[in-house]
Amino acid sequence: MLKTFSIGGIHPAENKLSAESAIQALPIPQMVSIPISQHIGAPATPIVKKGDEVKVGQLIAKSSGFVSANIHSSVSGTVFKVDDIMDASGFRRTSVIIKVDGDEWLEHIDRSEELVKEISASKEEIIKRVGDAGIVGLGGATFPAHVKLSVPPGKTAEVLIINAVECEPYLTSDHRIMLEKGDEVLVGTQILMKALEVNKAIIGIENNKPDAIAHLTKLAANYQGIEICPLKTQYPQGGEKQLIAATIKREVPSGALPIEVGAVVQNVGTAFAVYEAVQKNKPLIERVATITGKSLKNPSNWLFRIGTPVKDIIEAAGGMPEDTGKIVGGGPMMGKALSSIDVPLTKGSSGLLLLPREETARKATKACIRCGKCVSVCPMGLEPYLLMVCADKKDYERLEKDAVMDCIECGSCSFTCPANRPLLDYIRLGKGKVGQIMRARK
Amino acid sequence: MNTKVLVAPSPHVHSGDSIQKNMYGVVFAMLPALLFSFFYFGLGALVVTLTAVASCYLFEFLIQKYILKTEVSINDGSALITGILLAFNVPSNLPIWIIMIGALVAIGIGKMTFGGLGNNVFNPALVGRVFLLISFPVQMTSWPVSKGLTSGYIDVETGATPLAIIKEGLKSGQSLSSLMDKIPSNMDMFLGNMGGSMGEIAGAALVLGLIYMLIRKIITWHIPVAVIGSVAILTGILHMVDPEAYAGPVFHILTGGLLLGAIFMATDYVTSPMSNKGMIIYGVGIGVLTVVIRVFGAYPEGVSFAILIMNAFVPLINVYVKPKRFGEKRK
Repeated sequence: MLKTFSIGGIHPAENKLSAESAIQALPIPQMVSIPISQHIGAPATPIVKKGDEVKVGQLIAKSSGFVSANIHSSVSGTVFKVDDIMDASGFRRTSVIIKVDGDEWLEHIDRSEELVKEISASKEEIIKRVGDAGIVGLGGATFPAHVKLSVPPGKTAEVLIINAVECEPYLTSDHRIMLEKGDEVLVGTQILMKALEVNKAIIGIENNKPDAIAHLTKLAANYQGIEICPLKTQYPQGGEKQLIAATIKREVPSGALPIEVGAVVQNVGTAFAVYEAVQKNKPLIERVATITGKSLKNPSNWLFRIGTPVKDIIEAAGGMPEDTGKIVGGGPMMGKALSSIDVPLTKGSSGLLLLPREETARKATKACIRCGKCVSVCPMGLEPYLLMVCADKKDYERLEKDAVMDCIECGSCSFTCPANRPLLDYIRLGKGKVGQIMRARK
Repeated sequence: MNTKVLVAPSPHVHSGDSIQKNMYGVVFAMLPALLFSFFYFGLGALVVTLTAVASCYLFEFLIQKYILKTEVSINDGSALITGILLAFNVPSNLPIWIIMIGALVAIGIGKMTFGGLGNNVFNPALVGRVFLLISFPVQMTSWPVSKGLTSGYIDVETGATPLAIIKEGLKSGQSLSSLMDKIPSNMDMFLGNMGGSMGEIAGAALVLGLIYMLIRKIITWHIPVAVIGSVAILTGILHMVDPEAYAGPVFHILTGGLLLGAIFMATDYVTSPMSNKGMIIYGVGIGVLTVVIRVFGAYPEGVSFAILIMNAFVPLINVYVKPKRFGEKRK
């Protein structure tokens, strides 16, 4: 029996169209727009101005607090302007726009392919370098990585869990990283283990990637304390709490963080970025994203410079198909629909999905037939049908009592509902309001 | 690029499941039992089914179109299910006009007064059935004797159901072991060779439908297992206490409407609880009430009443029985 989480879950069509496509480097654009807020937490503070010359890897916006992240230039050239432009969220946010000139890197960055296994940095140095490099969770949540590595006083980390699940349909960037950068991922994992002072790491991978499981299992034999854990293909296996439940059979209490049960979770892409930052002095200026869709000519995986416009990666994959009805930043279950292809790709861009109109257009909502399927698929054990009604009736007291804040917004309920009810839309509204009320009470 | 794209919150894809798929899935699961009823009761079964289904469609259409003046949704399959279930729950020699009254009560009072599909508290087919049972007790309890495919409709020979034979026999002071000789063998009862309502007799066909619905994930195992399990345990205990006064679990499961009720009526989405825990409580409630009515009550059969009574408790169960939450603090 494969390990998995025990409550709820669904199995959407996997559609991993780009799994066989090796990572290629996307051409450097003529202009990049690098938002100063690509992470959860306070936006970084720009430290460059119009006309400044920058090199690849140079700091251009400084972290403005503990929960914040540095931003580096992903190209060399001249700062064209620092201005508000529309980002993937659809809002206008401050970005540093750089006109590209050549590809000149800062000298201390090691650009060789050579694997550096020896970890010379100390625990403190590792956390500092991870913070300096502006590394955030690359699974999509973009939570600053150094914050998770700084275990709060009174708590102890017992195990590091590497999230290599990639449970979102379509996306394959983590899959390719594991196949092509296996050793780097494992060294990155050991660096994270050292920073957390744990001697055990578990890499959780869904069993729809047997080649990645086999490859990493073979490599992991050379590394101390790393276990590869194949997991059942079940969405949302990559949800942080679900992954912890699946791998170490512990449930993170409602409202608490994983450290409460001795676990720290990092994405596999993050482990690779940590390797590059600590061993190669390379800040987070590029990452891998999947560009995919059933009508797309060439679903593929690309290493892109942060700030590259979305339209470039679409062009690289053969251009926008005629029938495109929705452009999703991320996967089909939790990704965000984009309103424009001129917005930049950022640290959190794990993929871009072009969905045909028929597939993504919502069907007419019918009356709830009380089948209870939303309740049975909810991985948090909530009652989505009830939360929707309470949110609609503005019964915030009951919403709070029925644990609306536990919702991880995985979308399993809306995906499953036979009456096409927009369950998650309403639950999000309710969550927003209840969150406000709870903060006001404090 | 000037393509207009949709911008909406996640999730961006849907399973493709729909109300129709589930409803017609249930209809497909009822086909074996329907075929068995044609096989045992011939013309009568055909007339009763067609009348019930056509009347349910007609009344739903008329009420939605002319009284509620809402969108007509007779294609969602729920009226078809109510029609077939109503037919399953009556004898195959029931006059057409009585069936039509049953359909009117089922759709009109059981479903539409509450606001249509999704809002009714009680199972519509059972509301119709119980209304008929109380209003036309003679016609509703004259069970035709199976004559196979060539069976006629109104003028057929009638006989008692095994449950009625046992109930009457025990009341008149006969011993259970002597009564057992008068009822069909277990295998005959499982295959449907006994008196009873059209759709309830063939246990084998009903179980086939259950397996289909479980595989297609239309329903979960919780309700059928809770109902049948609790009846088996309770009647098993009673039988062990006094084998001469109480029939055993096999008899109780195979006779009357227990399998039909547990598989197709207690599992009705709209009138059953939302959580797995709730479903088990509801199922056990139905099982216990059925046994109490059958063994200690005035009626020989109690499944319909048991389901309707438990239907009334569903809102209460939904409020007080919560699913197991992830990361719930253990007390």
